[in-house]
Amino acid sequence: MFNRIAQAAKGALMLDAVGAIGLTLKYMARPKATVNYPFERNPQSPRFRGEHALRRYPNGEERCIACKLCEAICPAQAITIEAEPRADGSRRTTRYDIDMVKCIYCGLCQEACPVDAIVEGPNSEFAVETREELLFDKARLLDNGDRWERVIAKNLELDAPYR
Amino acid sequence: MPIAKVNGVETEFEPGMTVLQVAERAGHEIPRFCYHERLSIAGNCRMCLVEVKPGPPKPQASCALPAAEGQEIFTDTPMVKKAREGVMEFLLINHPLDCPICDQGGECDLQDQAMGYGRDGSRYAENKRAVEEKNMGPTVKTFMTRCIQCTRCVRFITEVAGVPDIGMISRGESAEITTYLEKNIDSELSGNVNDLCPVGALTHRPWQYHYRPWELKKTETIDVMDALGSNIRADYRGSEVMRVLPRVHEGINEEWLSDKSRYVVDGLTARRLDRPWLRENGKLRPATWDEALGAVAARLKAAPADRIGVIAGDLQDAESMKATLDLFRALGSANTDCRQDGAALGHGPRESWLFNSGLQGIENADAVLLIGVNPRVEAPLLNARLRKAWLKGGLEVGVIGEQVDLTYGYAYLGAGSKTLAKPPKSAMDFLTKAQRPAIVVGAGALRGETGPAALNAIGALAKKVGVITEGWNGFNVLHSAAARVGGLDMGFVPGEGGLAVADMLKPGALDVLFLLGADEVDPTGSDAFRVYLGSHGDRGAHGADVILPGAAYTEKSGLYVNTEGRVQMAERVVFPKGDAKEDWAVIRALSGYVGQTLPYDTLEQLRARLMADHPTFGRIDYLAAPAAFDPSTLGAKGDLGDVAYVSVVADPYLSNPIARASATMAELSAQRTQPVVMAAE
Repeated sequence: MFNRIAQAAKGALMLDAVGAIGLTLKYMARPKATVNYPFERNPQSPRFRGEHALRRYPNGEERCIACKLCEAICPAQAITIEAEPRADGSRRTTRYDIDMVKCIYCGLCQEACPVDAIVEGPNSEFAVETREELLFDKARLLDNGDRWERVIAKNLELDAPYR
Repeated sequence: MPIAKVNGVETEFEPGMTVLQVAERAGHEIPRFCYHERLSIAGNCRMCLVEVKPGPPKPQASCALPAAEGQEIFTDTPMVKKAREGVMEFLLINHPLDCPICDQGGECDLQDQAMGYGRDGSRYAENKRAVEEKNMGPTVKTFMTRCIQCTRCVRFITEVAGVPDIGMISRGESAEITTYLEKNIDSELSGNVNDLCPVGALTHRPWQYHYRPWELKKTETIDVMDALGSNIRADYRGSEVMRVLPRVHEGINEEWLSDKSRYVVDGLTARRLDRPWLRENGKLRPATWDEALGAVAARLKAAPADRIGVIAGDLQDAESMKATLDLFRALGSANTDCRQDGAALGHGPRESWLFNSGLQGIENADAVLLIGVNPRVEAPLLNARLRKAWLKGGLEVGVIGEQVDLTYGYAYLGAGSKTLAKPPKSAMDFLTKAQRPAIVVGAGALRGETGPAALNAIGALAKKVGVITEGWNGFNVLHSAAARVGGLDMGFVPGEGGLAVADMLKPGALDVLFLLGADEVDPTGSDAFRVYLGSHGDRGAHGADVILPGAAYTEKSGLYVNTEGRVQMAERVVFPKGDAKEDWAVIRALSGYVGQTLPYDTLEQLRARLMADHPTFGRIDYLAAPAAFDPSTLGAKGDLGDVAYVSVVADPYLSNPIARASATMAELSAQRTQPVVMAAE
């Protein structure tokens, strides 16, 4: 009997609604967890594993020496490399393909690389319309490297003390 | 047998064995760099250190220490481990850390043993030694900074190959392996030093940087570049054979391989026939299999049986030759021949065209007469065996033919038929006096019109000097083609009234000429309708009216009989290129088009048929005991004429269609014919 009276009173006074409005007002005053992407972005770790890039030395020479360790370690077998001596006799790739559809972004390739040539850069915004566009070749990867070199170098430097 | 204790376990050994061999026999692996079973002992890498009692209280190099009765050998004591770690540290002082760009990476002895005996860091801050690269020719790429001075290459080139072109100069830290004057290695076995090198100092130049050992799949098969049938392992990636390495076969190639067999693989991807072609109005056009086989069948059916003929090539497997032979016999043709070199062999007992003493057995001979053969170019590994026997002492060699450098000493008896007709008595004495004399005959003496007479004369000579005795048959024919013995064994020679190769090629002799991979003859003189079945666009395909694409030796499973009569089975490594088919299957399909369907549908049925008709094919990798026969009845008596016996292989690097398509072979051939002129000359 008493319960029913209390319930009726609660309903008549709209206490639940008032509580809900209070909660809403409370969260309105708090800082927002979401960001206004793409105009705002969340902070990114220097270890972020995004789109791959092949780096160059400051003098413009490509770093990759075609040792094929990344190809060997890739668990998804996404990397294909072919190599032969370049005109100056150095060991270079003639083909360096990454199938970004197969790639699982585990980062083992950059762990395996003895010369920091293949890295996973900070970029995650490379959505495309067709599957073929995700089959990256050497030119595309080197281009990525040129484009992102400053950020990649900074990230490697920041992460260096922990390696 | 004496007994030694290895790690406390008693082990029997044969007198003369070293401590290392005894430990191996007991099942303990001893790390080593300089020691190699088939080379002399150098004892300079010090990696094989063990503790031996009785003896001085220090570790000893086991490879150079003779084992003795009652010795106690310890291979895994703390002292041994510490000593080996010290040796490894010294080796690594100057070894560069360039494994990622080193072709040896992944199959490197130093890498492997550093896992067991290496420290994780270096105690040396000094600069590493750097050594200039050396030129060693088109087969050997050098990175001498990586060299650890094991001298395996020096010992191989000096002892086995017999050309002292590599040596070590200077001492201590300045010690360098070099070819003295930047000279190419003038050996047909030079590729083996790359296999022997325990580090990446000497690597295969033709395949430089092309592959990593871990990405290759391996197929064990048989080589067809010479008539020895060397055992090889073909490593492939995808649809391409990347490299060929030797397998151990004591009876044939031990563990060596000639440069030709090894580096010819780049010819497997060049100038390939990958679709049928048909000549219409004087021009070749791509055709379907149906059109091409239909055109061939129409011509075969239209021509009289005695106006069609077939020549089998040097690289053919026995199955395709058997199918072809069966087809042409069914068509009623006797014009079948597999002897492109025109040697007068193939009639008489099987022993008359075999290397009867065996490749291993020839080492037991104490006198060898070479007639019309240059083993150095025709069968480099046989030449290495002859050199081995000559070095051991007790082997005398005589030569009738070309006077060339064979890497061992020989008595030069004459240039050709004049000497054979009247062998100088004094010169022949070494054969008659010998316990186990042997005669090695090459097609160089047996070809041409005087061939049968030469064979008869050689047979008579063989009988006179007694090369065939109880338990010894020294009558040896050295072939130059892998297919030849298989062809002769199945009777791929002209039948009753049939034409031989030279007659088939004459103008007006035939209406249809079928070339089964035959590229060593010049068919342009023949005006017959020419059909070529083979793997490469070479001489045979040139000017052919129908071209049928076939499989190269790495693309089909097939039986090959080597020059000593040993049947071996080659395995398919990769698939034939494009629309090409295995040769036997093409012949089988053609037989249906001409209405003479052959009674086998699978390779197994064909093999069963082959083995039923010719039982010698049924025993794989088997060498029959030398049988006796009368060699004086071979050939036909006649005028020997005045012929100089020169080897049938003019240039070993250009002697078959695969080699002619290979860039590496072209380079080797150029080096052979145009030696690099030294500055001082």
